[in-house]
Amino acid sequence: MTLASTQVNRTLRQSKQIAAGILQYAALGLLALVMLIPFVWMLSTSLKTTQYVLSATPQFIPDPLTIDSYKTLFDLMPMDRMMINSIVVAVVGTLGQILFSAMAAYAFARMTWRGQNAVFLLYLITMMIPSQVTLIPLFILMRQLGWVNSYQGLILPGLFSAFGTFLLRQSFLSLPRDLEEAAFMDGANHFTIFWRIILPLSKPALATLSVLSFMQYWNSYLWPLFVAREDLFMTLPVGLAKLQGGPRALTQWNVVMAGAVITVLPMLIVYLFAQKWFIRSVTLSGIKG
Amino acid sequence: MAGNRGIHKWKWVIFFLSPSLIGLLVFMIGPILYSLRLTFFEWNLISDAHYIGLDNFRELYHDTDFHQAFKHTLTYIALYTPSVMVLALATALLLNRPLRGIAFFRAATFVPVVSSWVVVSLMWRWIFNPRFGLLNYGLVQIGITGPNWLFDPDSALYALIIAGVWKDIGFIAVMFLAGLQSISDTYYEAARIDGAKVWQQLRFITLPMLTPTTFFALIISLINSFQVFEQAWLMPEDFARSGTSVVVEQIVNNAFRYNRMGYAAAMSWVLFAVIFVVTLVQLVLQKRWVHYES
Repeated sequence: MTLASTQVNRTLRQSKQIAAGILQYAALGLLALVMLIPFVWMLSTSLKTTQYVLSATPQFIPDPLTIDSYKTLFDLMPMDRMMINSIVVAVVGTLGQILFSAMAAYAFARMTWRGQNAVFLLYLITMMIPSQVTLIPLFILMRQLGWVNSYQGLILPGLFSAFGTFLLRQSFLSLPRDLEEAAFMDGANHFTIFWRIILPLSKPALATLSVLSFMQYWNSYLWPLFVAREDLFMTLPVGLAKLQGGPRALTQWNVVMAGAVITVLPMLIVYLFAQKWFIRSVTLSGIKG
Repeated sequence: MAGNRGIHKWKWVIFFLSPSLIGLLVFMIGPILYSLRLTFFEWNLISDAHYIGLDNFRELYHDTDFHQAFKHTLTYIALYTPSVMVLALATALLLNRPLRGIAFFRAATFVPVVSSWVVVSLMWRWIFNPRFGLLNYGLVQIGITGPNWLFDPDSALYALIIAGVWKDIGFIAVMFLAGLQSISDTYYEAARIDGAKVWQQLRFITLPMLTPTTFFALIISLINSFQVFEQAWLMPEDFARSGTSVVVEQIVNNAFRYNRMGYAAAMSWVLFAVIFVVTLVQLVLQKRWVHYES
């Protein structure tokens, strides 16, 4: 091969690589566009005046730009109360789920006792039952306990997922045994070992379960829809769904989209800061919101 | 060792386990058993429940509304599942490239996954609006007159499928991405030395090595899509609902609108049975197509 032809080959290969690179970025750009445009459109609609929302040619940058729809939203709905409800339910629910799951996981992973396997099997079985099966009895139970329209009713039924215990048990099992043996020698009890040794060493699993649990509580719709019947206990998704007019009213899309922005924003902020734990939770569990 | 033996040990077991176990008994296992019992009763929450044997299931067998809902659910699954799997795989292959700024594109793909179905439903309802929506405007630009989507019983289900695929691509793609990253580079190096083309590498290395992930993703997405609810509940206009009713919607309507607790419970158990059998069949069939590295 002559020197010239090698050079031609190299240029050819380089331009091929550049073409492939451009193609890949074009495909990625299209992907990002498809995934994000609906959110941009949602934000843009929420910042429009009512008469500009229904225009034949879509306008991405609102002109005039206004926050009127957010004002209307706060007049129409007890937004502050809904936000507080959503935050209380998601934060208390997540903390409770972490604590109880971690304690049970400790009993399964770091202790040996008679009947352990049978009880764990019970946990595994409940993981298979779809939530619709328990929906009706749980609602009846809430009525009997007088928990319809209460924080207990919103939080407690979702708190005892066997899945959380399962996930944390896997993580606790992977820690070496001699960790606590030294601590026992020093006179530590089980609680000290749980709190000071096992939990700090399991931060990745705890973070994964936290984001998963927070997302499930924050996005939950079906359960709060039936258990929070009064405005006082309504969470953001329930209130938002009420905003859209059925046959009775013409939907005010700028107001609905303002509600959607407020509902999704806290979740997106949590996602932005805890992205890797969200990704991890998918590969671990296959559970989604 | 302190606290590892006898009565003392049981105190600790009870301390750690009882909050979770009592909660599980009260809020999961109790309700599961109660729901099973409910299926044999007719009860409207007000008057006394009375035992009717298998009548709920008999009625279900002839209930045309339930059959319609089941048909819609199956149609949803039949179109949703292959679309989301293929698109998610393509997305994962793209996101697996070692390109500059790839983290941004990965993050963007996952944004719909963390958003609630209520937000996504309303967002897409607005996009699907036949007159002022973004989608039909875009279609007109390329010379297509879009359907009336959520205003038409014949096209509303397709709108739900599109929204469902859009929301879940990122979820399945992340699973595929993890699967792709676990395939050892040595296979590709060997293939390149043998002169295998890119599509040959995909066909003979990537796809076979990815089958455990594909299998897992398939099981999860089937279980989830049998339970499709929020978008069917929130997206269609009321007069298009005849074309989109799904199984969970029937359960919710019977329980909370018609107050037929026993009948709704029977539906939920039929749904569970179907999901269970479908999952079981997949577990059996996996031997034929899933390759596990030994």
